[in-house]
Amino acid sequence: MTAAARTAWYTGTVVEARPETSSARRIVIDVPDWPGNDAGQHLDVRLTAPDGYQAQRSYSIASAGAGTRVELAVDELPDGEVSPFLVEDLAVGDKLELHGPLGGYFVWMPQAVTQDARPVQLIAGGSGVVPFLAMVRAHADAADPTPFRLLYAVRQPDDVFYRQELAKLAADGLQIDYVYSRTAPHDWPVPAGRITKEALAGFAIPASDKPRVYICGSTGFVELIAGWLIELGHDAGDIRTERFGGK
Amino acid sequence: MSFVTRGFSGRNRERDPRLPPGQTKVEDWPVLSAGPTPKIDTADWSFTVTTETGAQTHWSWDELRALGIEDITTDIHCVTHWSKLEMPWRGVPIDKILAGIPTHAKYVMAHSYGGYTTNVPLDELLNGQAWVAFEAEGVPLDPEHGGPARLLVPHLYFWKSAKWVNGLTLMDKDDPGFWEQAGYNLHGDPWKEERYW
Repeated sequence: MTAAARTAWYTGTVVEARPETSSARRIVIDVPDWPGNDAGQHLDVRLTAPDGYQAQRSYSIASAGAGTRVELAVDELPDGEVSPFLVEDLAVGDKLELHGPLGGYFVWMPQAVTQDARPVQLIAGGSGVVPFLAMVRAHADAADPTPFRLLYAVRQPDDVFYRQELAKLAADGLQIDYVYSRTAPHDWPVPAGRITKEALAGFAIPASDKPRVYICGSTGFVELIAGWLIELGHDAGDIRTERFGGK
Repeated sequence: MSFVTRGFSGRNRERDPRLPPGQTKVEDWPVLSAGPTPKIDTADWSFTVTTETGAQTHWSWDELRALGIEDITTDIHCVTHWSKLEMPWRGVPIDKILAGIPTHAKYVMAHSYGGYTTNVPLDELLNGQAWVAFEAEGVPLDPEHGGPARLLVPHLYFWKSAKWVNGLTLMDKDDPGFWEQAGYNLHGDPWKEERYW
């Protein structure tokens, strides 16, 4: 796909909206003219108030492929302007303006397209898992032979996005490792705590296997993980990052 | 094609005239980078200008700073819809770096440690419009924000202000850089909302 040539404004209708976690919501939007998107791309949402005031924000897309149903999973930011509206006020049947698909770098495409058989390591911090949902779905849909492994760091079990779907993908063979920083499930073998370099070394595909690595999360999380991966011997050119928030 | 979004009134009602369309004012400073943050020691840092004939001029950290550092106060605008207003910066103007370098080039590719590139028309880097910056908000630039030095071209979307910059290549023809090849606008004027292709 060449996303660049097909980026445009579209109008979509919300067809599904349900809680994803205590602070996040899954939103499915039917966009009849959507040109499809690669796994990992994002889009801009534009909201317009009655007086013409507008607000725009970028969100990763949890869906991938040629379909016209676009799925988002939006985490509410306490002082936010757009995310509280999307999480609390938006209703099924509402129309939204969307611009996309955007971003041609933080994407994964099947081996049939890229001819790249190297394994793929995905590393998510919190709501940073959303683009990886698109990737693991695309990987499963294509029955792609590329080895995939997902490391998913969350504060507590209730913060896990797409819990059931990830459990099913894991049952089907996707390797998923969870790290709980604040509260772990009661039967978890290790106490909750922030991820360490040693834990990362144990969970991530080793540098000797030359994986392509994608990291998505807060700026602090991405800085920490990317820095450790470099120290563990990964090539900076094999690491793609997507960050949110400031420093 | 815009229409009113049912139920949306907005929170940041004050519309600051310094904000280009589609931008929201932030007080923190978001970080956006395509890959890991390179760690560069200023003792190893160098800056290279390559002309369209291939002639090169090099500066060390101290040599470049000795060209003369200016104080700048400017607004910056990221294509991901945030803007930061009235930011103090310090850096060496591109005018001083290119002074005395003969060229007929019209375009520039900025290069960075880590391999990032971005293209800018030469005349938009001159006449006090762009700097190689070392400090922001009174402190040396953090590596996450492009330290030890980044390009500062505040009148264009901020992906043009290449982090970890280490050189400029002068070109006869425009050529897309890293994000420009990935769907972002060749020029990137925030007031015209030149975000994407």
